[in-house]
Amino acid sequence: MTKTTNHKAWYFVVPVVVLVAFNALIPLMTVVNYSVQETFGDNVFFWEGVKWFEDVLNSDRFHAAFLRQLAFTGMILAIEVPLGIGVALSMPRKGPWVSVCLVLMALPLLIPWNVVGAMWNIFALPDIGLLGRGINALGIDYNFTQQPVSAWMTTVLMDVWHWTSLVVLLAYAGLCSIPDAYYQAAKIDGASAWSVFWRIQLPKLKRVLTIAILLRFMDSFMIYTEPFVLTGGGPGNTTTFLSIDLVKIALGQFDLGPAAAMSLIYFFIVLLVCWIFYTLMMRNEEQ
Amino acid sequence: MRTHRWLVPTLYIVFLMLPIYWLLNMSFKTTNEILGTFSLWPLEFTLDNYRKIFTDPTWYNGYLNSITYVVMNTVISVSVALPAAYAFSRYRFLGDKHLFFWLLTNRMAPPAVFALPFFQLYSAIGLFDTHMAVALAHCLFNIPLAVWILEGFMSAVPKELDETAYLDGYSFSRFFVKIFIPTIAAGIGVAAFFCFMYSWVELLLAKTLTSVAAKPIAATMTRTASTAGYELGLLAAAGTLTIVPGAFVIYFVRNYIAKGFALGRV
Repeated sequence: MTKTTNHKAWYFVVPVVVLVAFNALIPLMTVVNYSVQETFGDNVFFWEGVKWFEDVLNSDRFHAAFLRQLAFTGMILAIEVPLGIGVALSMPRKGPWVSVCLVLMALPLLIPWNVVGAMWNIFALPDIGLLGRGINALGIDYNFTQQPVSAWMTTVLMDVWHWTSLVVLLAYAGLCSIPDAYYQAAKIDGASAWSVFWRIQLPKLKRVLTIAILLRFMDSFMIYTEPFVLTGGGPGNTTTFLSIDLVKIALGQFDLGPAAAMSLIYFFIVLLVCWIFYTLMMRNEEQ
Repeated sequence: MRTHRWLVPTLYIVFLMLPIYWLLNMSFKTTNEILGTFSLWPLEFTLDNYRKIFTDPTWYNGYLNSITYVVMNTVISVSVALPAAYAFSRYRFLGDKHLFFWLLTNRMAPPAVFALPFFQLYSAIGLFDTHMAVALAHCLFNIPLAVWILEGFMSAVPKELDETAYLDGYSFSRFFVKIFIPTIAAGIGVAAFFCFMYSWVELLLAKTLTSVAAKPIAATMTRTASTAGYELGLLAAAGTLTIVPGAFVIYFVRNYIAKGFALGRV
């Protein structure tokens, strides 16, 4: 759509800007403030410059948490995106089953995150949980509170359970927007199901999939509550992702300086990745 | 292949329902039975866990608190996002693209980063432990999302609609309320759904900003888990009840969402 230039449109955006700025800028400045100072309590601060940033960037603890975070986000994206597309492709397009599918699939998305953690905790516990009992009954030794591999599997499975539906809903929306004429043309040309997917459906899904991947990247990179309730970051530190580590430093040890510096680095990484995505998305749209 | 197509969604839904079933199953058991025996359904069926939640004010107030701030947040987010999304979809103005990206960046801010500063900010302005504090704090990520969704829907509405209305002598505000809002009703439904959802499920900020008067149900659960020992049946019942409002909301907006999907923008 061609837009007209009208600087008075700013009036429409003012309420949004005021509300978001109040919530974003003041806390952000507080974080910046902490990140360059040292305090021993009593509101006495000493200037520290970039010391905390250097400390965080050079600390093994941060590197380890960052790598775990990358591995987690990579794994859940690699599972949730193809699985979501697959489910969306095989969903009915019309009829009464559409709403049944949509309602049931959207259910996990609306459960408070700590309830998701608690639910998976009782579901996966080896003594009282269905999943834990089931896996152990198959002869596999499984205990997510003690074995790192089991803890990882459970956390990833929980996230797949929790969030694949978002990809399904978005991909389904994209599929519904493809006009029937495309399929009829493909049928006349004798195209196989595979080439219909590859040549028609996937290109049309590009936009919604970008949104889905962006949302899943952001949310999984910030994940805190679910793994915290499920494993508490353990056993040891094996499932301590960035947010969990950050809260441990900020509220557990009350090391405000390092925590603030880590916050800013963390935020910057998320921002950078999203900016790259956003730019690519906009460029695609212009073409 | 075509005949077995229903198999994939069915298996997927079964996978989704299993943990929920397990939670439901636990909620009808006594704590003794949960810890003592393993069974696929409750052997001594009991409603005691639910009875406790509905009679104890510390429990049911948690639900009322959560619903109060979620509804407040949804109303605020959608109503301020409407004019902003209109501006983004119809006009080009100074710094519009940067502003849009800046809004989105707040959707990306990890709540863990903001927990402590939020506590200090809302304490300083005297809103700590009120529903308003949580409702406003959740605006941080819900307003950008609502603007993003609504902008998509509005861009799908041809501009001729606006121009025809002006030619017919509609003022801007009358056009917006009488014609434009009904046209994008599906979009408003989808945006409200997402705002409700993200405000309902978020806990870190909601917990940080409240202590007693506005404590969300999910926080009541975690505190009970640590103080009253390990009352699994009660926790399971409370967890089950947190699914109910979400299920209602999905049920009511399902047609809007289907319509929103038909427009191809979410």
